[in-house]
Amino acid sequence: MDNLDQIVGKARAAFAALSDPDALEQVKARFLGKSGQITELLKGLGKLPPEEKKTVGAAINAAKTAVENALNARREAIRQAALAARLAEEALDVTLPGRSEQRGGLHPVTRTLERIEALFAAIGFEVADGPEIEDDFHNFTALNTPEDHPARSMHDTFYLQNPDGSLADKVLLRTHTSPIQARYMQAHVARYGHLENMPEIRIIAPGRVYRVDSDATHSPMFHQVEGLWIGENVSFADLKGVIADFLRRFFETDDLTVRFRPSFFPFTEPSAEIDVAFMGGALKGRWLEIAGCGMVHPNVLKIAGIDPEKYTGFAFGFGPDRLTMLRYGINDLRLFFEGDLRFLRQFA
Amino acid sequence: MKFSESWLRTFVDPALSSEELSHRLTMAGLEVEELKPVAPAFDPVVVAQVLTVTKHPDADRLNVCQVDTGNGAPATIVCGAPNVAAGLKAPCALPGAHLPGGMTIKMAKVRGVESSGMLCSAKELGIAEDAAGLLILPTDAPVGQNLRQYLDLDDHQFELKLTPNRADCLSLLGVAREVGAITGAALTLPEIADIPASIADTRAIALDAPEACPLYCGRIIKDVDAKAATPEWMQRRLERSGIRAISALVDITNYVMLELGQPLHAFDNTKLSGTVHARLAQPGEKLLLLNEQTIALDSDVLMIADDAKPLAMAGIMGGEESGITLATRELFLESAFFAPAAIAGRARRYGFSSDASHRFERGVDFAATRRALERATQLILAICGGQAGPVVEAKAALPRRDPVRLRTARAEKVLGLTLGAERIAALFAGLALPCQRQGDDFLVTPPSWRFDMEIEEDLIEEIARLYGYDNIPAPAPRGRLAMMPQPEAQRPAARIRQMLVDRGYQEVVNFAFVEADWEADFAGRTEENELIRLANPIASQMAVMRSTLIGGLVANLATNLRRKQSRVRLFELGRCFSRDDQGAPVAGFSQPWRLAGLAWGGALPEGWASGEREADFYDLKGDLEALLAPAEVRWEKATHPALHPGRAARLALDGQEIGWLGELHPQWVQKHELTQAPVVFELDFAALGTARIPAFAEVSKFQPVIRDLAVVVDRDLPLQTLLDALQESRPALVRDVQLFDLYAGKGVPENKKSLAFRIVMQDTQRTLLDSEVDAVIQQLVSCLEQAFGARLRA
Repeated sequence: MDNLDQIVGKARAAFAALSDPDALEQVKARFLGKSGQITELLKGLGKLPPEEKKTVGAAINAAKTAVENALNARREAIRQAALAARLAEEALDVTLPGRSEQRGGLHPVTRTLERIEALFAAIGFEVADGPEIEDDFHNFTALNTPEDHPARSMHDTFYLQNPDGSLADKVLLRTHTSPIQARYMQAHVARYGHLENMPEIRIIAPGRVYRVDSDATHSPMFHQVEGLWIGENVSFADLKGVIADFLRRFFETDDLTVRFRPSFFPFTEPSAEIDVAFMGGALKGRWLEIAGCGMVHPNVLKIAGIDPEKYTGFAFGFGPDRLTMLRYGINDLRLFFEGDLRFLRQFA
Repeated sequence: MKFSESWLRTFVDPALSSEELSHRLTMAGLEVEELKPVAPAFDPVVVAQVLTVTKHPDADRLNVCQVDTGNGAPATIVCGAPNVAAGLKAPCALPGAHLPGGMTIKMAKVRGVESSGMLCSAKELGIAEDAAGLLILPTDAPVGQNLRQYLDLDDHQFELKLTPNRADCLSLLGVAREVGAITGAALTLPEIADIPASIADTRAIALDAPEACPLYCGRIIKDVDAKAATPEWMQRRLERSGIRAISALVDITNYVMLELGQPLHAFDNTKLSGTVHARLAQPGEKLLLLNEQTIALDSDVLMIADDAKPLAMAGIMGGEESGITLATRELFLESAFFAPAAIAGRARRYGFSSDASHRFERGVDFAATRRALERATQLILAICGGQAGPVVEAKAALPRRDPVRLRTARAEKVLGLTLGAERIAALFAGLALPCQRQGDDFLVTPPSWRFDMEIEEDLIEEIARLYGYDNIPAPAPRGRLAMMPQPEAQRPAARIRQMLVDRGYQEVVNFAFVEADWEADFAGRTEENELIRLANPIASQMAVMRSTLIGGLVANLATNLRRKQSRVRLFELGRCFSRDDQGAPVAGFSQPWRLAGLAWGGALPEGWASGEREADFYDLKGDLEALLAPAEVRWEKATHPALHPGRAARLALDGQEIGWLGELHPQWVQKHELTQAPVVFELDFAALGTARIPAFAEVSKFQPVIRDLAVVVDRDLPLQTLLDALQESRPALVRDVQLFDLYAGKGVPENKKSLAFRIVMQDTQRTLLDSEVDAVIQQLVSCLEQAFGARLRA
């Protein structure tokens, strides 16, 4: 019996010494092959007397099982080691950057305009658009600003030339987005004027506007967002409510104070200037002029064909460039129009 | 409108601090743009008189002075000012005084001599820039008096940013009236008595354009001394109102204008002949103005003239020849009412403005015309002496002041608050508005100084203003809840922008006016009649409206390359402008929205794994295909002035050109100093807005059959031509044809290329037989053989 134990011991030692699967299979033959030691012992069983056969046979089979188990265990160990080696080989540096397109970004003022559009869409304001080369009628006259009105000097207007070099009659670059109001109201009346009760007008109109002005705080081209709400019962109080709500949502804080103070625009009456003051941050406590607004002037409604006795409404105009500067702490308006990627990428 | 607070307080003196008063004015619609003290803080500084001046024993430039500071014994003060002299009066800072800039005056030895105080210059006191020497005070200045008191230095300068409707506040009287209305403080107005004539001289006045000038008062004053000195107090008030003192007569007319709001004009009476006319300019008339500008007058300009010649642009500016000088002894003094419509815009048309035109075009109180003339006469006689003749007044129909009806219910509806008629009555009383009450209605007669009360809404604004905009509630608004349309077949601009952002493009916003050169280079517009020029551009490189966005993007690229950017991808969405007879809504112009992009540098951002490949035509084509999908766009080889002729494509949708893609023309690459060509595109934005509403189609239960087919064709044959031919003869079973390989070179004959297609065949009803598949492939091959001489690649 000592002999069997020795064989199992030798087998285990031989297997353990190997890490190559082919070599392992060759060594296996030495014990379990056709003329392997265990096989030879089993062959010798026939020569034993029947009474010994049973016990010796059981002992040999136990040794055979032990050798087979040792073999299988070693095979598994070698397989695991090989897998581990492969996985180690395949390991990545997961800290290397990903391989992809770099994201671009929206212009910061576009970010603001999209947020403004979304906020106003939530209370039923559609977006309206209008031409940037505008006629004198829609830019001024339809807005109750006849020729020679002193308010015209508030706007330094870019005019166009005819091809022969003469001054183009009554064509200009719009000085504000308010002509969109005038155009929209006319179209609205054309569409619904025959009804006893016209549907409400609720629009905002973002766009580029132009004035002959260029310094650190003025750009000859800049943005405005016009808003207009006309209905049968729209009041100055509603205007205050909408604007206050908007400013809190836009700046995402209740930590601001909004004030309305009397002002003048030819196309609104009463008119107001809107100031905002933040209660914290770099601009804490300063009143910042942020928009002009007012109740749409009855003359403007009349010119558009709307009965001012029946319908009232308000209009407002924000400077989204200014809102963007306040929101992100930008200190120079001119950066918006220089196309400098070092600036623009900050808003990606 | 600038003015001195202490002057204002002589008219109305509410119990409010300067800051409180400023806030109240702003909230009443008279925005205070600036409030600043006229002098910085310093004290104690007194009026002193220099008694003796002797040289400092140890310093050449210093003097030792005995100075009377009003407290008995003279003080010894060392002084370095060059203009110090015995007898003169100057400010003296006493020991313990704090001066602007943090200096504190102490008893100290200056080069061994004890000095007890400092004689000051205006600069040292922070009241002027002049540092030439001591601030010399008038000889009658009382020695020992506190200088702040003596020069009224505890005053503030207010600057109002007045809106065009509030011309009534372009005077101290007007502001005082407003302060009275908003604070309830009592008004004290200057006493203006009629000056009796002491001579009989008069000049006749004719109102030849009575609508433009319905009221004109004039009087002759003789024996005036035009060289008389303007009193200190008047100079100070003028200067604190932003008007430089010039000479007594000019200062007096300016002073009355500031005080009462009535612009006046003084003519040299000896230069006038006959009657003074207020008439419209005559054809060809010219006038040399006080500002030394000679202008040709349009026929709608109101003039003051005598029988022989034009004298002045009425209400705008006087003429040089009839103006007063220091030698003038005899005046003709004018105070008139010129209708706003007759003045408005005229000065601006000639490129200038004046204090007078600013007031007249907005409206001047027509009930105070004569009073202002009396006030000016009073001041002239007191300051310059002289003898006044009687006032001649010519008068036609003055502006009508029809009562305006205000309905309480209307005011409440417009403002959105409950006021009640009693409250409104009280507010009108505060404004001293003449009004008649009829139940809940008010009939308000606008005062002669207000030109902004024509309709009910104007009165509603007055009510709101006095009630306080801040006191009007700000409730959440109520409206009908109607859902907004969300058209599925349209893509909003935000979505398209986002797609470009996701593909690495950065949005820019460029000016819509560009250099004329850019229009030539990038749009091929070289003819003047194709350009849209601004009449008044800000600079010559911003003179032409752009018809393409590409110029701006190329300029952005150049800027960013100078700033060492190695990879640039940009886009802009904006309007472009062209002359177009069919253009709408503004006749003569089309102004479509366009979307343009530019890429320069690596196909991928620089990195360890991105390779070296530069972005090319096909990278951007891929971007555009993604952007345009599912629209079926045709790509055609064509030439464009901005683009490389061999690397440019025109995009067409339903036969309409919708845009371009290509490499920038090498000529412009060089001209704009780029090291290599960017790829650029520009599309009509309208073509991008259309989206597809999906439509369901049955999914086949049967497996598709896929076969590859490689053919050799001429190298110049555009793929599209070949695909079009395949499309034409495409058997029904073919679901899709995709190019998956393109090869030219070894193994393919010269001037030929190999194209390999993957053909997908499928039937929705059954599995295809090999024989059917073979037949389809054969059909495709023979089509290509016949049309293009293609042969199967071995």
